[in-house]
Amino acid sequence: MSNEQIKNLEEIFEARIARDEKIEPKDWMPEKYRKTHIRQMSQHAHSEIIGMLPEGNWITRAPSLRRKAALLAKVQDEAGHGLYLYSACETLGVSRDELYEQLHTGKAKYSSIFNYPTVTWADMGAIGWLVDGAAIINQVPLCNTSFGPYARAMVRVCKEESFHQRQGFEIMLKLCNGTQEQKDMAQDALNRWWWPSLMMLGPTDAESIHTEQSMKWKLKRKSNDDLRQQFIDQTVPQAELLGLTIPDPDLKWNDEKGVYDFGEIDWDEFWQVVKGHGPCNKKRMKDRVSAWDNGKWVRDAAMAHAEKKEAKKLKEAI
Amino acid sequence: MKNQNLYNYIISIADNSLILAQRLGELCGHGPTLETDIAGTNISLDLIGQTRNYYQYAAKIQGEGKTEDDLAFLRLEREYKNVLLVEQPNDHFGYVMGRQYLFDVFHLLFMTEMLNSKDETLAAIAKKGIKEVSYHKRFSGDWIKRLGDGTEESNAKMQEAIDDLWVYTDELFDITEADAAMISEGIGVDTSKFKELYYTEILALLTEANLTIPESKYFTRGGKKGIHSEHMGYILSDLQYMQRTYPNMEW
Ligand SMILES: [Fe+2]
Ligand SMILES: [Fe+2]
Ligand SMILES: [Fe+2]
Repeated sequence: MSNEQIKNLEEIFEARIARDEKIEPKDWMPEKYRKTHIRQMSQHAHSEIIGMLPEGNWITRAPSLRRKAALLAKVQDEAGHGLYLYSACETLGVSRDELYEQLHTGKAKYSSIFNYPTVTWADMGAIGWLVDGAAIINQVPLCNTSFGPYARAMVRVCKEESFHQRQGFEIMLKLCNGTQEQKDMAQDALNRWWWPSLMMLGPTDAESIHTEQSMKWKLKRKSNDDLRQQFIDQTVPQAELLGLTIPDPDLKWNDEKGVYDFGEIDWDEFWQVVKGHGPCNKKRMKDRVSAWDNGKWVRDAAMAHAEKKEAKKLKEAI
Repeated sequence: MKNQNLYNYIISIADNSLILAQRLGELCGHGPTLETDIAGTNISLDLIGQTRNYYQYAAKIQGEGKTEDDLAFLRLEREYKNVLLVEQPNDHFGYVMGRQYLFDVFHLLFMTEMLNSKDETLAAIAKKGIKEVSYHKRFSGDWIKRLGDGTEESNAKMQEAIDDLWVYTDELFDITEADAAMISEGIGVDTSKFKELYYTEILALLTEANLTIPESKYFTRGGKKGIHSEHMGYILSDLQYMQRTYPNMEW
């Protein structure tokens, strides 16, 4: 194809997106579009499955049968989200195994929030309320993103994430209506998860790369800072309802702007965790890699069995 | 308690589901594939659902105003009456599927009989549970076939698990005093009726999977009497952690 022809195709492609048409896997797409989507969707998929670990940490210790069932269901949903997202990636010609390889070798990233430890039961509440809450803010705009399989996956994922968020809030509410020990546990969890949740919405706009292109492809519709503001404005009244204090002395309603002003985020901490030096980066990766390595004989067996069965069927057919 | 035998009977059934669910709950996110993690969680979830129905009913029969959680979380180790099979550890995926299958075959036969129980609540639990347990058995049985037939390594590992878990199968059919009383009232399931069927079915599947049944006729038992393996204390430490650390609170 000549450069002229490619340019032409690109123009048609961009025009389709501008008209809000969905791009489907079989459609022509610029290589950069394909690569960017694989990167973003796989990062999202990895976040879902790494996210199973900190919450999985409390399944055996959940305080009641009802909570145990709800937590199991939640972690199962996250696995399901991972599954749809890996499948969406596969439509662009990359296998799940390749994506795992990128995760396990540290080439691919996942959401840094999961590198913080879950040390009390209240963390199950705080994660649902804040982390799923921030995820929803990030993901709702993606329900209208240009790539069809991603947009459709997000519609389903967001529905479940908002259920998780309500469930997390409900865990917090129960604690906050409980004994002093329970209230303290809830406050302590908020203290630890608040700032990482704000960081989850991404680096501040001045430092954020690839934003312009992503806006055009509807992979991003609002800037990180706008999303963060939206998250804070939505969450502060919820904290008030719970009777908890947001751990930010500079947090204050700004009447003029109609939003909350908030204190400075410790971006050094953010970059430290992103670069692999958070409290649980090593543990999460070790757990993932050992699950994968220990499971190799199982996957090999499944493959060998399927091949034998296929061969037998073929022989019978002849 | 007016109906001590019924209470004991329900508790022992419920404890099987609870402890197996607890074991499966340890694995979430650590399995060989995303699909097996989802299925394992799903099975655990079904089992927890069953235990809630059983414990709610047992609490009602006991009539001391206790809740499902009091019964699930706040008994002493000797008061848990699950069979030893379900408390065996997740040494590797062969053990997880082996334990599951050896229990599932029993569980489905059990539930199928429990449908005819004169106790309406138990019959209703069985009615709902049969669909779930059939799925569990299909899942674990399929994996045993894959692992037995797959590679030399997987065959050896699956055989290892069957060899180790086999000694716990006979206990499934032990009849306690409470069992006997409930069977005679037409409420409990007479497991001796399907013991032969249990072993026949398992033999057929294992043979299809290129696996063998251990020669030994020695079996280990104790769980149904509340005498557990050394694993049980650790299982309960996790299970009871919150309820013991923060007594009398709502979650
Ligand atoms: Fe998710
Ligand atoms: Fe997500
Ligand atoms: Fe979620």
